[in-house]
Amino acid sequence: MLETLLWIIRRDVTIALRRRTDIFTTLIFFVIVVSLFPLGIGPELDTLRLIAPGVVWVGALLASMLALEQLFLADHRDGTLEQMLLAPQPLSLLVIGKVIAHWLITGLPLVIMAPLLGLQYDLSLEALKVMIWSLLLGTPTLSLLGAIGAALTLGLRSGGVLVALLVLPLYIPVLIFGAGAVEATTSGLGGSSHLSMLGAILLLALLGTPFATSAALRVSAE
Amino acid sequence: MQNRLINWFKYSSPATFYPVAGRLAPIFWVIAIALIGYGLYLSFFVAPTDYKQGEGYRIIFIHVPASWMSMFIYLVMAGWSAIGLVFNTRLSFMMAQALAPTGAMFAFISLWTGSFWGKPMWGTWWVWDARITSELILLFLYLGYMALVGAIDDRRRADRAGSILLLVGVVNIPIIYFSVKWWNTLHQGATVKMNGQTSMDETMLWTMLIMALGFWAYSIAVAMVRVRSIMLEREHDAQWVRDMIGEQA
Amino acid sequence: MSIWDKLDMGKYALYVWGSFGVTALCMIVEPILLRSHATRIRKRIARLNRLEK
Repeated sequence: MLETLLWIIRRDVTIALRRRTDIFTTLIFFVIVVSLFPLGIGPELDTLRLIAPGVVWVGALLASMLALEQLFLADHRDGTLEQMLLAPQPLSLLVIGKVIAHWLITGLPLVIMAPLLGLQYDLSLEALKVMIWSLLLGTPTLSLLGAIGAALTLGLRSGGVLVALLVLPLYIPVLIFGAGAVEATTSGLGGSSHLSMLGAILLLALLGTPFATSAALRVSAE
Repeated sequence: MQNRLINWFKYSSPATFYPVAGRLAPIFWVIAIALIGYGLYLSFFVAPTDYKQGEGYRIIFIHVPASWMSMFIYLVMAGWSAIGLVFNTRLSFMMAQALAPTGAMFAFISLWTGSFWGKPMWGTWWVWDARITSELILLFLYLGYMALVGAIDDRRRADRAGSILLLVGVVNIPIIYFSVKWWNTLHQGATVKMNGQTSMDETMLWTMLIMALGFWAYSIAVAMVRVRSIMLEREHDAQWVRDMIGEQA
Repeated sequence: MSIWDKLDMGKYALYVWGSFGVTALCMIVEPILLRSHATRIRKRIARLNRLEK
């Protein structure tokens, strides 16, 4: 089972590395969105420090949503997905593999990039550390939840916008605890309780969403 | 037991349910009009003026029932979806779709009246209170469901995809509500007590209950009418539809 | 005390009637829209029936 999982992760990552523009568009989108806020709000560092956690998290939310459409699309077009539906391995396992690969390609770069953006907002070292942790625990949940939306809208004409409408409300808990963790650190309360909530949500998502995603894939690819 | 099951499934076929829905709708219209009429009478002529909130508190006689209905309808839709996915009954999916616009409407009414209540009480049209925020998210969930079902041309896929989304939503609602509450208590500024000081007297409670029952009957009546339209739309090629409608509508 | 006194909401008139009014509007317009939608569908099916004859 582990072999299948590793195999599918390696396959997806290899394919993605051949088309590097996909990775970079997500990342650049994230950087641009986060950099726009100071231009809209003004350069006062006190204000920026206050809004930084929310801005970075909303940016990460939008960026990871932007990448969702590609999650199953290529496999759907060339017929690989149909083979996966027929494969003897459980579909939810394949889904987990694809989501992990997707997170490595689109989520992990965001986590690595975020501290640099945090510096733009004059966040303290402590806050930056918590931000990395919160993103590390939070963005996989975004990919897992987003996979449901991607599977439901697979191959639809208005897929991209529709995914946003379906998935963004479900992202709210992650946004609240993720941005809350950083905010609690800057205000001196400590973000550990937020981080454990993020971890709990990640576990729940890991247990529940693969089944919903595979059910959705079966419906969409039928 | 076996017999009973077969009996129920008989009603799940559109051809048999269409006339049943047609007979049920007028009954629920009458109940709805009677209850809402009585509820309006109670809310303006019987319920006394509140000593603290003056006449403005009468808004909650529609606000609270509308909020209840918006949540209740989402649960009912999820229930229909589960039944549809398990027993593969087309009618269940149609019922879920027939309820969605009404549920969204009640969510909207809840937000609208909440804001009209908030302006004189708190001095602002919108407060990021946990309950209001959750209601807004509920409205988004309704809109997402309707957008998804509307975007898929293949009916079978639309039914199932919508149902999965509803079930995912229902599992998520407690988590969303909990997180919004947590977020709200951390940002003390926006915390609002709704009925904290107002002791809910019995007439008020009764008025709200009667209004809620009226809204409930209204939702059933509307769902029956809408499900009939959905059936006709989907089965316009079926023989029973053609025979029933004939050549003059 | 007449009916109109009972319905006088004082300084809350805008808020109370704004709420009840919009709710009433929604709950009256929705059934009307449904009805016109239903008759449109019935007419379309009747036309199909005539065409196929």
